[in-house]
Amino acid sequence: MGAVSAALTIEGLRVIYDEHHALKGVSLEVRKGESYGLVGESGSGKSTLLRAIAGLAPVAGGEIAVDGERLGTGRDKAFYRKVQMVFQDPYGSLHPRHTVDRLLLEPLAIHGFADIEKRIIRALDEVGLGSGFRFRYSHQLSGGQRQRVAIARALILEPSILLLDEPTSALDASVQAEVLNLLEQVRGDRGLSFLMVSHDLAIVTHMCERLMVMQSGEEVERLSAADLAARRVTKDYTRNLLTASAGFVRTDEAAGHSAGL
Amino acid sequence: MTTLLTVEGLKVDFPTRTGVVEAVRGVSFTLGKERLGIVGESGSGKSQTGRAIMGLTPPSARISAERLDFDGIDLLDAPARQRRELRGKRIAMILQDPKYSLNPVMSIGRQIVETLRTHEKVSAAEARDRALGMLEAVQIREAGRVFDLHPHEVSGGMGQRAMIAMMLIAGPELLIADEPTSALDVTVQLDILRILDRLVIDRGMGLIFISHDLRLVSSFCNRVIVMYAGRIVEELPASELAHAEHPYTRGLLNCMPKIGENRHPLPMLDRKPEWAL
Repeated sequence: MGAVSAALTIEGLRVIYDEHHALKGVSLEVRKGESYGLVGESGSGKSTLLRAIAGLAPVAGGEIAVDGERLGTGRDKAFYRKVQMVFQDPYGSLHPRHTVDRLLLEPLAIHGFADIEKRIIRALDEVGLGSGFRFRYSHQLSGGQRQRVAIARALILEPSILLLDEPTSALDASVQAEVLNLLEQVRGDRGLSFLMVSHDLAIVTHMCERLMVMQSGEEVERLSAADLAARRVTKDYTRNLLTASAGFVRTDEAAGHSAGL
Repeated sequence: MTTLLTVEGLKVDFPTRTGVVEAVRGVSFTLGKERLGIVGESGSGKSQTGRAIMGLTPPSARISAERLDFDGIDLLDAPARQRRELRGKRIAMILQDPKYSLNPVMSIGRQIVETLRTHEKVSAAEARDRALGMLEAVQIREAGRVFDLHPHEVSGGMGQRAMIAMMLIAGPELLIADEPTSALDVTVQLDILRILDRLVIDRGMGLIFISHDLRLVSSFCNRVIVMYAGRIVEELPASELAHAEHPYTRGLLNCMPKIGENRHPLPMLDRKPEWAL
């Protein structure tokens, strides 16, 4: 562990909210430049894991290391330069009374960047929005455009790791494709590492090389996207998820009924 | 097959400060005792179509149609009193998220009993028995316990079952389900669909299933209507989905990632202005 090739290492991470054990000792390693997926249903702890890394959840035990450096309880500025997060709901994660310009300026000001003007224009360009969007408010944008702003805000500090918490589940299918393509492109351009949470197996196999299936705060199994696609899974829970994601199948008995309709 | 519902040239307009928003722009279809899917993305007018049939369009909106006919009743001309009698009794609606569609300060059992006693003259004891029976029909195991629980005490899947029980207890002939499983986990989603499927088939109801998920709808319904910008762009049998002709339908099917497929980047939907004409 802690090898140079690891962007993010997590060892036996536990999170407790009051009495509730949200994470019960989870370990994983994200290699540099890798995209790693976390899959599970609500309450599986997948989002809690991301929040714990970002310093937004009460860690009760275990270790988190970024680029081989162990993190304490606090998160300093240097951490947020390296690790940024994109949240699920672009309607909730952007300040409603700030313009896009101010949303993008804030992280730059906090971290004392100099060429602010240039960076904002470049960031908007990179997510395909153009400078025409610079002085709009988030309520003047569609869901997909908002998520692009959220991605631009995360990328503007030039992080090496992006934490993605269901980045497209609030979006329409066609907009989802655009945002997923954008994420893949910036990852390729900048050599980013992703840790991506989704409840959708198809999205995770599309975006990630390896993934972990989680249930009730614990690991169910770890496997590669290729294994999942080929249905080489060992646990029943994963198999059930695979079956469920294939869609609704009418059983023979019910099909007999419907034929008589 | 007898026609239960006829919709012809349905329009729903919302006058706003900046002009009229045309949410539904001339939608026509008929429905018998079958399962019809309405698919579209946000803003396509699919939900407003369902709400117009149910009579839940906000008062600020203008609604018009050449025909909006449910079993011989002209829904647009029907007095409010008659529509109230239809709503819940003969036409029922299931909404997306049980967290918001159930009454938070009333136990689940009382809500189901309330629906029943609004529409039928039954004794309190009989109403309770039928509500319990209905909870069992939606596969809630400890119906007696769940009867006394409040919505915040149950999971999303359990809440949606309670919602279905409440909607079906008065024995409606037409059920409108607006994204009934979108707020639920995938495995729970299938349980709910199975229950819905069984009840709709057994009771011979007409079902309008509104969803953004083209593939889910086509696996569940007989016929699918695809909506774009307030209009129907394509109508086809669910089994023919693979042979959809309209570029929007094809684009919608294509842009979803699929397990075991390797398409980088994903094909994007190239929206043509003429689709919205």
